[in-house]
Amino acid sequence: MNALRRNVLKGAAGAGTVAVAVAAGLLKPTQALAAWNKAAFEAKNVGDAMKGMGVSAPADSKDISIKAPDIAENGAVVPVEVTSGIAGTTSIAILAEKNATPLIGDFKLTGGTEGFISTRIKMGQTALVRAVVTAGGKSYTAAKEVKVTIGGCGG
Amino acid sequence: MHMNRREFLQLLAVAAASGMALDSKSALAGKAPANFYDVPKHGNVSFLHFTDCHAQLLPVWFREPNVNLGVGDAVGKVPHIVGEQLLKKYGIKPGSAEAHAFTYLDFTEAARVYGKVGGFAHLKTLVDKMRAQRPGALLLDGGDTWQGSATSLWTNAQDMVDACIKLGVNIMTPHWESTFGAARVLEIVNKDFKNANVDFVAQNIVTNDFGDQVFKPYTIKEQNGIKIAVIGQAFPYTPIANPRWMVPDWSFGIRDDGMQKWVNDARANGAQVVVVLSHNGMDVDLKMASRVTGIDAIFGGHTHDGVPQPVQVKNAKGITLVTNAGSNSKFLGVMDFDVKNGRVASYKYRLLPVFSNLLPADKDMEAFIKQVRAPFESKLNETLAVTDDLLYRRGNFNGTWDQVIVDALMEVKGADAAFSPGFRWGTTLLPGDPITMERLMDQTAITYPQTTLTEMTGATIKTIMEDVCDNLFNADPYYQQGGDMVRVGGIEYTVAPNKKIGERISNMMLKGKPVEANKTYKVAGWAPVGEGVSGEPVWDVVAAYLRDKKTIKGVKLNTPKIVGIGKNNPGIADYDGSYS
Repeated sequence: MNALRRNVLKGAAGAGTVAVAVAAGLLKPTQALAAWNKAAFEAKNVGDAMKGMGVSAPADSKDISIKAPDIAENGAVVPVEVTSGIAGTTSIAILAEKNATPLIGDFKLTGGTEGFISTRIKMGQTALVRAVVTAGGKSYTAAKEVKVTIGGCGG
Repeated sequence: MHMNRREFLQLLAVAAASGMALDSKSALAGKAPANFYDVPKHGNVSFLHFTDCHAQLLPVWFREPNVNLGVGDAVGKVPHIVGEQLLKKYGIKPGSAEAHAFTYLDFTEAARVYGKVGGFAHLKTLVDKMRAQRPGALLLDGGDTWQGSATSLWTNAQDMVDACIKLGVNIMTPHWESTFGAARVLEIVNKDFKNANVDFVAQNIVTNDFGDQVFKPYTIKEQNGIKIAVIGQAFPYTPIANPRWMVPDWSFGIRDDGMQKWVNDARANGAQVVVVLSHNGMDVDLKMASRVTGIDAIFGGHTHDGVPQPVQVKNAKGITLVTNAGSNSKFLGVMDFDVKNGRVASYKYRLLPVFSNLLPADKDMEAFIKQVRAPFESKLNETLAVTDDLLYRRGNFNGTWDQVIVDALMEVKGADAAFSPGFRWGTTLLPGDPITMERLMDQTAITYPQTTLTEMTGATIKTIMEDVCDNLFNADPYYQQGGDMVRVGGIEYTVAPNKKIGERISNMMLKGKPVEANKTYKVAGWAPVGEGVSGEPVWDVVAAYLRDKKTIKGVKLNTPKIVGIGKNNPGIADYDGSYS
């Protein structure tokens, strides 16, 4: 990427950062969204969050891939990408299982949108990052461990 | 690609013949034979590889570990084999020059017989000798080259940059280099290295914002008309194990997917040989070799394992060789490939110990080193104390040198306990050697040397120890960072490497009393990874302690009791403590 394009994109990043700010917990979702799923987003554990989303016992799926670092470079901004290869994917939710409120975001995909989201999440400690995909009215899930460490002492 | 059984046995015979046959472990063979460095060329593509020299320009002593435990699938496997088990595994004669190079056995006596190792003037002679038979052979520098000595710190890495250019390095990948800061790395890469045609490669360093490559992911070279790709793999956890703020705009990580992409790209561009110059650490390299296809060899470093022969790793499309070439300029890896019909048909590998007594110093390099040191000689040569003990660092849990450091931190700072990072670099001193400022800097020369004194609860101390222990003993290599366990002064403990985080550390005792979770303790430490920490540099603290003591003797090594690893684990021997 050339330097000019980089600067233009950086300058234009103001609008794009809203979603990230929500995901990182900087903005309360109430500020960004008129109607939000209070029961799911304020749930204190994964079970309650899923219940709030109307999901129960999602099936493990190998068609969901989660790309995230094995060890986070900075727990405050952990890059996470979720790709769903499941036909007819209509939503992708991300949960950081040990966060005080685990549900990070629930992305609704409409009109045949590709099952792919990329964002940055905040994690307080080592935990499974879980994706929950809804497709054709059914729920599927996959998880990957992301380690959050104190650092130092290497090599 | 494979080495057949007969070729392998022939190679072992060569290795064994270079040390005279001996029955007794304690008997030393004495001088290595004159043909020690005769390595006949094989095939048509050659690589020379050194790694983790840690800025040691002059010959040094370096003791290999007697504790290097494997966990998960790595228990009892290379590189987690030490001492006599290692000799047995590779058919190396006890008492021979190789036995001294690859193990800690009879270290002091053997060191006096075989002399110092490494040194860039001697390494240069060996590189030139190998290259004379192998015109066009590529010299690969695996990183951790610019850091580890007083002169590299005081010249802002310039001494090592110049020395590597003189040595004839062709390609490099980084780790500790980044602790000189992103701007300095870029300055060297874009000026010194560019002018000298040295390629700096790292497929796994990308920008934080858009994920663009910061450096070239790989470079293509040609030998005897054969196209060769060398892909760089920097230490994946640089911004975690070292200060994040020094490389704020770069993201690292293992990035298997990127590696596969660049391997495929290199092959598509006509490369008949694809190798990786890696600073992953050997366990990570072994896992990567099983997952990424199309790599002929990974030349590895970081974990400082002197591994005599490559490990052959099977993956979905073939076999990848994984090597690790030790540290401190102690070894030069020589890999010869015979490429036929567009692919590697066979290989021969030697990891040659660099014995400075057997290799005359290269005059030009010797003069250069002398000139670099001249402004600092008096400071380097100040004798702070004399040691009656063998002082070394390397080993999973503690070393006598680190014990001196934590003892100094506790005494000078008035602390109950002390932490010293589990670094794997740092040279060795023999009983009777003077401890000069230079030797102290070998253990401490980093760009974030501040010492700290912190009030911590017992619970916090345990959390830190568990966290570091998991970086060493997580069963999945991709969650390991490659250092050793944090060195602990003042607190005795029991460790269970095969357990999970939170369950490995127990029986923490301070001065005969259990460490209490809610009680506060004064803990000294150094090398903070956070920004803006102030404190006296660690070398000043330890120098003050050494000047006061004058003689170091009877160092009492604080080693944990190890449980759950078995009595016959080949990753441990002659342990100064109990294990089961």
